[in-house]
Amino acid sequence: MDHHSLSIALCGSGGAGVMTAGQMLLDAAATAGAYGLMSKALGPQIRGGEAAALLRLASRPVDSPDDVFDVLLAVDWNNIERFAAELPLQRHSLLIADPAAGVIPPAILKAEPRVVEVPLGALATACGGRVNMVALGLLATLAGLPVEAVEAVIGIELADKGEAAVASSRAAVLAGATAAATIEGIERLPLPATINEGARRWALSGNEASGLGALRAGVRFVAAYPITPATEILEWLAPRLPRVGGSLVQAEDELASINMIIGAAYGGVPSLTATSGPGLALMTEAIGLAVAAEIPLVICNVMRGGPSTGIPTKSEQADLDIALHGLHGDAPHLVTAAAGIADCAFTTQWTVQLAEALQVPGIVLSDQASGQARAIVDALPDPGLRARRQTAEADAEGYMRYVPTADGISPMAIPGTPGGEYTADGLEHAPRGTPSTQAAHHREQLDKRRHKLEQFDYGEDWALCEGDEWADTAVITFGSLTGAAREAVARLNAAGVPVRLLSLRLLAPAQPAAFAAALFGVERALVVEQNHDGQFLRYLRSTCPLPKRTVGHHRPGPVAIRPDEIVKAVMTLIALPQSTLVEEV
Amino acid sequence: MDAVTKPKLKAKDYQSDIKPVWCRGCGAYSVIASITRALAELQLPREEVAFVSGIGCSSRIPAYASVYGFHGVHGRALPLATGLKIARPELTVLAAGGDGDGFSIGGNHFMHACRRNADITYIVMDNGVYGMTKGQASPTAAPDWTGSVLTPDGPGVPAFRPLEIALAAGASFVARSAANDPAQMKEQIVAAIRHPGFALIHVLCPCVTYRPEQQDEFKARAHADWQPTGDRGEAFNRALVDDGYTTGMLYIAPRPVYAAHPAAPATLDEIAAEFTVG
Ligand SMILES: Cc1ncc(C[n+]2csc(CCOP(=O)(O)OP(=O)(O)O)c2C)c(N)n1
Ligand code: SF4
Repeated sequence: MDHHSLSIALCGSGGAGVMTAGQMLLDAAATAGAYGLMSKALGPQIRGGEAAALLRLASRPVDSPDDVFDVLLAVDWNNIERFAAELPLQRHSLLIADPAAGVIPPAILKAEPRVVEVPLGALATACGGRVNMVALGLLATLAGLPVEAVEAVIGIELADKGEAAVASSRAAVLAGATAAATIEGIERLPLPATINEGARRWALSGNEASGLGALRAGVRFVAAYPITPATEILEWLAPRLPRVGGSLVQAEDELASINMIIGAAYGGVPSLTATSGPGLALMTEAIGLAVAAEIPLVICNVMRGGPSTGIPTKSEQADLDIALHGLHGDAPHLVTAAAGIADCAFTTQWTVQLAEALQVPGIVLSDQASGQARAIVDALPDPGLRARRQTAEADAEGYMRYVPTADGISPMAIPGTPGGEYTADGLEHAPRGTPSTQAAHHREQLDKRRHKLEQFDYGEDWALCEGDEWADTAVITFGSLTGAAREAVARLNAAGVPVRLLSLRLLAPAQPAAFAAALFGVERALVVEQNHDGQFLRYLRSTCPLPKRTVGHHRPGPVAIRPDEIVKAVMTLIALPQSTLVEEV
Repeated sequence: MDAVTKPKLKAKDYQSDIKPVWCRGCGAYSVIASITRALAELQLPREEVAFVSGIGCSSRIPAYASVYGFHGVHGRALPLATGLKIARPELTVLAAGGDGDGFSIGGNHFMHACRRNADITYIVMDNGVYGMTKGQASPTAAPDWTGSVLTPDGPGVPAFRPLEIALAAGASFVARSAANDPAQMKEQIVAAIRHPGFALIHVLCPCVTYRPEQQDEFKARAHADWQPTGDRGEAFNRALVDDGYTTGMLYIAPRPVYAAHPAAPATLDEIAAEFTVG
């Protein structure tokens, strides 16, 4: 158990407003100086149906769900058991149920939680408020949030609903808070005594963070086709791009969106699209064009359960293979992974900068767990990474677009530049850009495109190396699992088990030398990823020097890989008797 | 002042020094000639023109002009051109390719480009065949055309009617010319570039190698009988009774052009501050 956080599942059918209440609870926590995150579990219905707001409130930043929920509150039981697997409880978990909502599903009772009955609906009716606001007041009080924090959020969230709505919500929150006072056994969060106004918190989803990173890097053109769970990147960018002089086009399909951004990027404007597995599959031909024609662009691929339509609303890390190997021909390109919700901003921004500097397409991998979860974080300062492309001067004598250079990067003439006129081509070409089938040209251009990626200095940001730097055991992961792995490593370190964490941000080109340095002295490693086949492990085996004793820990979504699962897998790897550790952790 | 001091650009100034891969007699020669003449007539600075294509014999065309070019992938010339035009509205953007490129693999983009009405001139060199892949039926081949071993009994599908589709999809400029009348084609290209919005020029463009009958057929049967109308109903009626060989400007009716919308400016810090909570 993590004593600095409280995990809450707030369940109810579509119309009950559990998502609104969850969001307000998260914002109230931020107002009170706490951190946290919230993800959503939804049934397959387009509207309505079962829903759960999954929160973790904490006194320090968190980037992963905890092992189990400390509290599950249900305003009703509409088919909730369908995602019981995503709502792990344990014996001490508190289950708050409205007796009027009927029988608690056996799947939820399996872990034998402590059941406390609260007449949520009746309390709401009595004060003329809504049941979700009763739940909000109850849960906020259990978490130890001051009622003023909740009232402040109500004031902001419901401002346009009128005074009556605000008043009835307040009454409902107070009714919930009163009900909470009688519930014992939940440790309140340690909150700061005063809140520093200057260091205000941010609330954002990974998808919004990706949008921010794109804007900060200088992306000014986006074309895309909607797809779950990537659409929020586009919806966030659409109204904001025009405010910085950019634009967004909703394309007719992904074939169009990728080709539109190729056109815009060829025109000199840093460009990006966002999609998920099925869309990425459609884009691969044109990404190959961008490799061959040396057009910088970025594709944010927010992964969901696959293959095919798969499980669109749930997370998985199974597009790694297609991102790394999905292009035809020898087509070196960038693949990066955002190490969590907030890191979506940095990784997207960095990838845009790299793509522009290297004149190459880059795929940023995030996933539904990062993309659609909302976190409270400290404000993210702008790291200052900007798109800067080497461009050709006007009237440069004997200009050749694809001339081989020492670093493999050739100045790009941007339309509008006199004397730079050339035809960009996906056909193999001579240095001038003119089509060529000659073996020497083909070899030269393949070498150039490979070389520019391999000679580049990616600096410190290629990976996160954390934990015990002398440890002989490592957890290696990427993407949204970084948070859970970080927490697992911290728990192991606290228990005296030396482990370090390596989370890769730069997946391609592989960095075997940096990888070896980061794992110096490591004798055994656990490679953790969320997909069925162990794609990451397979990739690392073929590109990087792995410790002799390397074991994969991989399984598909939609059930999140939680810290405890990683702790157990590490302990199995170390072959320590598990029981000695469980007590200490 | 510039206009006085800079020498006037001639058609050949818009030609590149690259020798086309086309067969002798291919209709595409007439198209590149008409384009360079149109550009000379408009005196557009070379660096301000971008010429985008897909894949096919005809799609090789951008490299033969001395403007900025992009030879992309099969069927995607229009989205690429659209992205470029929206991101760089001050450029003159031309797109070109074959009937396979535009109406088969790129058919969806064709329809949506007509709808979207971005300011792009699109020239389709229609030879009813896939020249590049050596002679298979294209969507505009007649259902009983048995010239390809891939469809020995003919494609068996009614030919695609690009002008009707363009009208139905909302195109604001629709014209047809024939390779054997480069003067008319040049006029149409000039008008299409001047036209604000998406302009389609459908060119009867013989493939001498895989449709050797076309050269004489187009010459004999093309008849320049269309004068532009702005009445969509009338344009439809003409297109419906068209024998496939009528040339001229069928329909011109400007409508709102698709472009980026500016908004009240904001700094990155102001945008980021929206994330502040509490
Ligand atoms: C995705 C893809 N599929 C198929 C091809 C093969 N291919 C190249 S050109 C072409 C058809 C060309 O026909 P058209 O566009 O009418 O041009 P033409 O050669 O007749 O000028 C085909 C099928 C390709 N290059 N890419
Ligand atoms: S095959 Fe036909 S379309 Fe291709 S270049 Fe030759 S004549 Fe032109």
